[in-house]
Amino acid sequence: MHRQVNTFDDEKALLRGLSTHDPLAIEMIYRQSFGPIQSFVIKNNGFSDDARDVFQEAMVILFENAQSESFELTCRIRTYLYSICRRLWLKKIEREKRFYTGSFDTLNEIVPVEDDLEMHEKKDADLQLMDEALGKIGEPCKSLLEAFYIQKKSMPEIAESFGYTNADNAKTQKYKCLMRLKKLFFSRYKNED
Amino acid sequence: MEQDLLLLDAIERYYRGEMSHEEAAQFEELRKSNAHIDQLAVEHIFFLEQLDNLSKISNLKSVMNSVEDKLELEGAINFKNSKLKAKVVHIWKRYKRTISVAAAAAVLVSIFTATGVSFLSQNKKSALTPLVDNKINQLENKLNQMESKLNHVASTKTPFTANFRATGFLLDGRGYVITNAHVVSRAKNLIVENQQGNQYAATAVYTNPITDLAILKITDSSFKKVKSIPYNLAKSGSSLAEQIFTLGYPREDIVYNQGYLSATTGYSGDTSAYQISISVNPGNSGGPVLDKKGEVIGIISSKETNADGVVFAIKSKSIIEAVKEMKEKTGDSIRIPSNNTLKGHSRVQQIDSIENYIFKVKGN
Repeated sequence: MHRQVNTFDDEKALLRGLSTHDPLAIEMIYRQSFGPIQSFVIKNNGFSDDARDVFQEAMVILFENAQSESFELTCRIRTYLYSICRRLWLKKIEREKRFYTGSFDTLNEIVPVEDDLEMHEKKDADLQLMDEALGKIGEPCKSLLEAFYIQKKSMPEIAESFGYTNADNAKTQKYKCLMRLKKLFFSRYKNED
Repeated sequence: MEQDLLLLDAIERYYRGEMSHEEAAQFEELRKSNAHIDQLAVEHIFFLEQLDNLSKISNLKSVMNSVEDKLELEGAINFKNSKLKAKVVHIWKRYKRTISVAAAAAVLVSIFTATGVSFLSQNKKSALTPLVDNKINQLENKLNQMESKLNHVASTKTPFTANFRATGFLLDGRGYVITNAHVVSRAKNLIVENQQGNQYAATAVYTNPITDLAILKITDSSFKKVKSIPYNLAKSGSSLAEQIFTLGYPREDIVYNQGYLSATTGYSGDTSAYQISISVNPGNSGGPVLDKKGEVIGIISSKETNADGVVFAIKSKSIIEAVKEMKEKTGDSIRIPSNNTLKGHSRVQQIDSIENYIFKVKGN
């Protein structure tokens, strides 16, 4: 029904698409890769929603890799995602002791992904810190900073939607908020290390 | 403050590449000459990178969510069992109490293990392997489907796709089958299947995670009641070295194995179980353990992973207690088989008359 992507160049194009948030590329990756992952998770005591969660996490890992220039995918995207999801899910059920012993494996090819997962965990912990810090600074700081740094809106746009008289006012307010966020983030960050 | 603001603003413009060549060069010069500013720049750039990462990933997730919505609407990706989930949640809630009791008991067991047996072996609890065969892979699934299609040529039933298989045996001719609680604890749908491949829908009418026993009731109307069961349940305990045998489904076909009773207690002195020496594999869970007279002395539950041939079987006494408990709780009374017609027969004859009452328990 859909074009089966299997040339090396096609895979590279998909990766590039992923790194720029291209919805078409992301959709294609879903179509090619999600099915076997969902069956794996469901057969190992998970639900569809669990499958979605691990898949999204695997996509984030692939995305992080796609950002780095040194990254070269040595297998097909679907194989890589399947391997990541498999590890993530097995880890999770082990943590939650959801299962008896052993687990069901489909006959899909897998590649080693331990190093990638380890890197991701570190990155993810930093992201969590930032996310938590943002959650703690309160409004309107949170929305203001998110508008500028996460949604990448311009200062005049922000001034208008937040009701500041001009962009400079918004900027001063943003500066104050930013200082609070930094303080929160770094106090936690330095403690973690 | 004014100055700090300007400085941070400069760092951000530098980071985003908004500075002209000249300005950027000047800024780099400033960093080189002033360690304080340089440190601030390093720190702030790192901070901006973190924010940027967060931004990228939250954007990615929002694109993924809309892609998922689109694909789901289109039906291109079938997000299965969203309806089933509600049902499972319901079941989960119903059993939550039992489960938390079991969890509490598990804590007790592990504490006991830690203090009582720690000099023998560490972490022995995790070395117990429930014997459910959940390795049925796609190929085997396909085979099963074909097999059951062949068996039900005339029938219009859709084949049941199982992702685990264990054993159970008939306890009451009206369709009560006993097996292990760990077999059925995570199953959404259950069937029992006899040796001929006839499948019957069943529901768990009793589960006790502490004793690890579960009683299933065959709900299928196609199931014909059995008038008499050839084996009975042993009422007294068995002795060391007694010869025993079992029948079970470590594979799709029924498998016979024999061995002996090696201890009158189970794992770490558990008096409700026996240790037996026998070769069993995943799928044997829930199978009956019979002595040479054809009395059921126990039900296979687990084996020790690190040791060969160390298998534990729950004593038949616990089965009798489970039946009593079930009657108190649900009012369903089970007539435990009391007539034994196997005594004095050869093993081959015994197996011949028993095997029809041993079922595969499958679920997904």
